[in-house]
Amino acid sequence: MKKSLFLGSVAAVTLSAGVGMADTLADVKARGELICGVNTGLVGFAAPDANGNWAGFDIAVCKAVAASVLGDPSKVKYVPTTGQTRFTALSSGEVDLLARNSTWTFSRDTDLKLDFVAVNYYDGQGFMVPKDLGVTSAKELDGATICIQTGTTTELNLADYFKANNMSYQPVNIDSNAEGEQQYMAGACDAYTTDASGLAATRAAFANPENHVILPEIISKEPLGPAVRQGDDLWADIVRWSFYALVAAEEYGVTSKNIDELVKSSQNPEVQRLLGVTDDLGAMIGLDKEWAKRAIQASGNYGEIFAANIGEQTPIGLARGLNAQWTQGGLMYAPPFR
Amino acid sequence: MSEMHAETVPFVRETMLPPAPPPIREAGAVRWLRQNLFSGPVNTILTLLGIAIIWFIVSHFWPWFAHSVWRADSLAQCREIIARTWGEGASGACFAVIRERWHQYMFGFYPPELYWRPLLAFGLLMVALAPILFSESRIIRRIVLIVSATATLILALALGIPTPALILAATAMIGAIAVAERQPTRLLIFSALYPFLGVWLLWGGSLWGPLMVLASFGLGALAWVVVARLLPLLAAAAAIIVALVWWIGFAGRAAEDLQNLLPLAITPVASDQFGGFLLAITIGIAGIALSLPMGIMLALARRSDMFLVKSLSVMFIEFIRGVPLISLLFVASLLLNYFLPPGTNFDIILRVIIMVTLFAAAYMAEVIRGGLAALPKGQYEAADALGLDYWKAQRLIILPQALKISIPGIVSTFIGMFKDTTLVTFVGLFDPLKGISDFVRANFAWKGIYWEPFIFVGAIFFIICFSMSRYSMFLERRLARDHR
Repeated sequence: MKKSLFLGSVAAVTLSAGVGMADTLADVKARGELICGVNTGLVGFAAPDANGNWAGFDIAVCKAVAASVLGDPSKVKYVPTTGQTRFTALSSGEVDLLARNSTWTFSRDTDLKLDFVAVNYYDGQGFMVPKDLGVTSAKELDGATICIQTGTTTELNLADYFKANNMSYQPVNIDSNAEGEQQYMAGACDAYTTDASGLAATRAAFANPENHVILPEIISKEPLGPAVRQGDDLWADIVRWSFYALVAAEEYGVTSKNIDELVKSSQNPEVQRLLGVTDDLGAMIGLDKEWAKRAIQASGNYGEIFAANIGEQTPIGLARGLNAQWTQGGLMYAPPFR
Repeated sequence: MSEMHAETVPFVRETMLPPAPPPIREAGAVRWLRQNLFSGPVNTILTLLGIAIIWFIVSHFWPWFAHSVWRADSLAQCREIIARTWGEGASGACFAVIRERWHQYMFGFYPPELYWRPLLAFGLLMVALAPILFSESRIIRRIVLIVSATATLILALALGIPTPALILAATAMIGAIAVAERQPTRLLIFSALYPFLGVWLLWGGSLWGPLMVLASFGLGALAWVVVARLLPLLAAAAAIIVALVWWIGFAGRAAEDLQNLLPLAITPVASDQFGGFLLAITIGIAGIALSLPMGIMLALARRSDMFLVKSLSVMFIEFIRGVPLISLLFVASLLLNYFLPPGTNFDIILRVIIMVTLFAAAYMAEVIRGGLAALPKGQYEAADALGLDYWKAQRLIILPQALKISIPGIVSTFIGMFKDTTLVTFVGLFDPLKGISDFVRANFAWKGIYWEPFIFVGAIFFIICFSMSRYSMFLERRLARDHR
């Protein structure tokens, strides 16, 4: 991350004022298109299909914002960004919004002049080992060789964790997820470490997933969320509340299927405010009454998006865990729409 | 006496013995093997070692390759088919991913209904290159033209080219072949116009844009002719100024007005829809075409007696050669955004092409400088003795010889540059090797696939680079004037 930090600082120093004053909402409306920075390809989160249509958990955030601002979830231009280019692409104004499984950290939020508006996925770093190894806990990995992606926060977390537990390890540096899987399968390392969501997807794609186990320890906090440029508070509000509309919709049982019916029939005042039946919340953020309704219609509420892209019914099969609603013991908690 | 004599005369052979075949060890394949592979103990050991290594590689690789699956919807299905056909635990390649995604490896996100346009641009590129690359041999030129025209038209038909475009393309191709048969130099006019046609076919939009840029060259030439009569010294400056003023000040508006008057446009395609080999070849061809003349100018400048010209050229070459290409690409994609006024839309592919060209030109300049240095001093003196001025001496005597010497180095630089185009993946463009493979693997159906895309992309790169290398050897043979 050093390179992106450096480039990001260059960004911040050179043009922090100029870009910061920009009115992103007006730009997006004038352009008629939302430019969304996404991953160049991450299973379940962002990937184009054979016809070039993007889909995934992060893509759904872009679609929801486009739907609430422009009225059409398809009016998004996806700009694939790499780990090195993502933050500069945002701060230089190349993209309006970064929905690219980026971890919300202190220095990114402050020093890089970004604004993480919410957390759409609570991830954490885990380990995968072959079952034959007989390891049941990360605490037993003393002296192990570990495949680790260089230049990421996972590398630092790994060093911290082993130091804290007074253990040693032998790193096998890899460049990408695909290479990591290859090295791990070839037996070049005893354990493979990356974000737990990535581990689950990797394991599910193996020829014999039952021969590999994901260890229970999660050694880091990786709150992934959409980010915007610091200084354009209205735009940050729009992205934040477009996302929270999805979370609130799940909490109140509003789905893409029953939403039209609920607009007419719901007696719940919170739902009525959310869907623009009563009150005009949209006017407070420069949008019309039905902004949240359109955001939810784009690809469903938070639960529907989760289930469709990475949930237990998909091959990736992630449980809701921390990403369940607060009422279900998770951390997804939308502030009141009032 | 004669009788007696006859009995005492020793045996005289009257017919020649038929020549015996050489000993089996000294003939045919055995001899070749003995001479080349088993000529001594060291060679024998090395040969056996080599065979063992080849056997090791092939025996491991072959079953995997032989068990290739071409028809499946996902990696899991591939595995299932392999296990069913060749038994549990058999390994096999899953080339079905190429079958499903080949179009993305070739064209990236280019709209599928417009695939014929890059194809046509490529076919016409061959037509434009034929008179340049094969200027001396009518037969080879004919073969190249006919093969590329036929292949282009058939493939374009397969990709669903609209009929009017097909008729136009066919007419152009047949016309080009006819012209090439009679007056090959006339075809060079088409080669000069090709860059505009190629850009228009690839990016689409209004035809008036490229036409107006072309007009700026025309106006520049006109200014040259007019001013050259009055003030010969200022002719070049006047031509450049007129061309630039027209280009920057008026070309855009004129193109818009003409478009309103007479709409001549095809569907525009944005740069971010380019990917795969379309992107690599676009960047590669543009880089090759631009870096050669630029490299020649830099090489000449570096050998110039003029201090300013020389030191600028040295600084440029040494700076560019001292900086990794990736950092130049980062500058192009990220840093430039901060220096340009906000809202400027400076095409990312154009930025990358500029950086790649500058990079290749610096290497090219040094290669050509080597060729220039290899010429005997007598050649320069002979040119002076003939009373040729600097440019004529370079054009007629020095460069033809220097470039001929530099051919292997020039083509090496081209090949290296073409392969370097895969580095654009670091600025978020979809190169065929990593960019496309990354998002193909991001689809769960193909997650876990690793070698197959590499082999496919590597094979295509090999075909292109090997052709370039063979062409350079062909050219060397053809230009060998002295050692026949």
